[in-house]
Amino acid sequence: MKTPRFLLPAATAGILALTLSACGGGGGGTTGGGGSDADANLDGRGPITYVQGKDNSNVVRPLIDKWNAAHPNEKVTFKEQTDQADQQHDDLVQHFQAKQSDYDVVDVDVVWTAEFAAKGWLQPLKDKMAIDTSAMLKPTVDSATYKGTLYAAPQTSDGGILYYRKDLVPTPPKTWDEMMSMCSIAKQNNIGCYAGQFSKYEGLTVNASEAINSAGGSVLDKDGKPSVNTAEAKAGLGNLAKAYADGNIPKEAITYKEEDSRQAFQSGKLLFLRNWPYAFNLITTEGSSAVKDKTGLAALPGKSGPGASSLGGHNLATSVYSKNKATALDFMKFMTSAETEKFYATQGSLAPVLGSLYEDQELVAKLPYLPVLKTSIENAVPRPVTPFYPAVTKAIQDNAYSAIKGEKTVDAALSDMQNAIQSAGAGS
Amino acid sequence: MATELGPTPVKSPASGAAPVHHAPKGVGEDNRIASQGRWASWLLAPTIVALGIVIVYPIISAIVMSFQKDAGLDPATGLFTAGGSAGIQNYVNWLAQQCSAPAGGTVACPPGTLGGQFWSATATTFFFTIVTVTLETVLGFWMAVIMARTFRGRSLVRAAVLVPWAIPTAVTAKLWFFIFAFEGIANKLFNTTILWTGSEWPAKWAVIIADVWKTTPFMALLILAGLQMIPAEVYEAAKVDGASAWQRFRLITLPLVKPALMVAILFRTLDALRMFDLPYILTGGANNTTTLSILVINQIRQGFNSAAALSTITFIIIFLVAFIFVRFLGANVVEQSGATGKGKK
Repeated sequence: MKTPRFLLPAATAGILALTLSACGGGGGGTTGGGGSDADANLDGRGPITYVQGKDNSNVVRPLIDKWNAAHPNEKVTFKEQTDQADQQHDDLVQHFQAKQSDYDVVDVDVVWTAEFAAKGWLQPLKDKMAIDTSAMLKPTVDSATYKGTLYAAPQTSDGGILYYRKDLVPTPPKTWDEMMSMCSIAKQNNIGCYAGQFSKYEGLTVNASEAINSAGGSVLDKDGKPSVNTAEAKAGLGNLAKAYADGNIPKEAITYKEEDSRQAFQSGKLLFLRNWPYAFNLITTEGSSAVKDKTGLAALPGKSGPGASSLGGHNLATSVYSKNKATALDFMKFMTSAETEKFYATQGSLAPVLGSLYEDQELVAKLPYLPVLKTSIENAVPRPVTPFYPAVTKAIQDNAYSAIKGEKTVDAALSDMQNAIQSAGAGS
Repeated sequence: MATELGPTPVKSPASGAAPVHHAPKGVGEDNRIASQGRWASWLLAPTIVALGIVIVYPIISAIVMSFQKDAGLDPATGLFTAGGSAGIQNYVNWLAQQCSAPAGGTVACPPGTLGGQFWSATATTFFFTIVTVTLETVLGFWMAVIMARTFRGRSLVRAAVLVPWAIPTAVTAKLWFFIFAFEGIANKLFNTTILWTGSEWPAKWAVIIADVWKTTPFMALLILAGLQMIPAEVYEAAKVDGASAWQRFRLITLPLVKPALMVAILFRTLDALRMFDLPYILTGGANNTTTLSILVINQIRQGFNSAAALSTITFIIIFLVAFIFVRFLGANVVEQSGATGKGKK
């Protein structure tokens, strides 16, 4: 007798829950295309929201204030995410998946661009929404292009550069072999020769791709198919494995992330270091630095000339669900203008994507690494542009890590890498 | 509390009053109970709705998702398309470590895929669980016995012991990350050059050491609570009878503290099976320190539906372990309080 009465409220609860789940629209179904969303609201103007990770050096707010003063009817609200890249990514995914129109312009890491584009979440920047990319460095534009269509406006860039001890090495090496031949100098001085970031994380993907690309290979071919089972890729990854086995890359480098490697170089324990430009300021000004006046900068060494750096940086994109795309486009243009880029460089030390700014005397005086960085970015290859980036980067990390440590031969590692990337793309 | 309203009045007339008087009285009583019961269930409804939304709905939704295929790429447009129904394929793929093949069908997952790590992650998870829980139980017991004694500064020791437990795990992990760095304190202190996070066994021990450091206080406090339930007279009586310290520990302390100890071990085991943040931050899952939870989180970024299947598998594994504990090892988490309550009445 008691059970049915008890069931009534329970049933109410159940019905409520079902209604809710219907509103949720089913968790997993990602429908591609977005064709209709991409055609809607192209002329919409009005207030928009700009979404970006934590604004550590306070560059975004002054810019938005400036924009808002000039556009009182199309004000931009700044939504600041955390400073963790993974969390930023997941936050964007949640909002896009729910087709919410509250994120208009979003700041995407170069490696997420293809994934978001393939999900149909980013407004293609063509026809009415086109932006002019002719003045931008080509690799940065490539990083925002998926299947021949531009989906994002390159905003800031980043490339690897070679830090070297100019007190020990008079002229920096141009090629990898040249650099390895200089390792005897390191031995004489009882320090390590070369290090990058070889811990098993995103940094290893960057370093391994650089090694492969610099030797003339590639991770993915033009059609997005894996292409690491080649003689060039073997030579590239082989360079790292051999240097690690020889001791030219010190044993502890297998635990290095950016900061560990910078500290090793800064305390005078390394002859050569591959790192991002951010390290320059710290190495040359920090009180604890033992190599303040002994640090030189050069492009990464390659096979016969400058090596192919991996690209970092961020792109700006408009959500297909935005209601005010005309305003969003204007705001993207404003945020990638020469003036804004310069402000980003001086205020936040973020490298511009416009080639001309690298020759700007005022900027070079403030950021002396710019000329070297320009060479680096001009020769850069974006990290694999693929919607399956998380799986591809895992395939690279796991296998490159085993190869460098000598747990697997380079040949076996690359053939496993090839298969793992292939299976990543086959998931359907 | 509200649930007790129903059954208790039913019992009291049955046990108290004579059966003859019971029948006529029972009719009115039944109505009253019935209306009370209805009233109670309406009062409970908001809670049930809330539980339904935050617990039942997500679980069912996850299970439904786990039978869907992950979105695949349409080669012509380069856009993702919904995967459709997968049947039990997601589960089969994990358990048999099969990955999709480019030509269709499945192949054994090559190294460098998440799918190829299921069994090694399961083994790692159980290895961590067994080793850390064993160490924590032994150390925790020892600490609890010390804290149970009366001595000057006891409250200070109790507070100090709690410090590692009070620090958020992510912070703990980062602390130990710096300690175990190549140029870190661990190597400086022992004058070694171990690559703590760079090879398999040092990495595993680094995780174990950090976890034991962090969660032994939890163990110690739960056991301490159990120790304080044991009346001092029992020990006095044993002493009078001439029992040695070891006999008192084995025949009095251990059996009497067992309920609390089993609950503590159960909690820690379930916690350890879910271990995520410590290895994720300390080693990034490298060198065979990837636990099941790390695998789930990594898979979420590669495909929700497959991740839903994996988390369902993880849930079942943990549930089975909990079941074994409660059923066979006598960890009475649910019944114990009710039983003792009744006993006191």
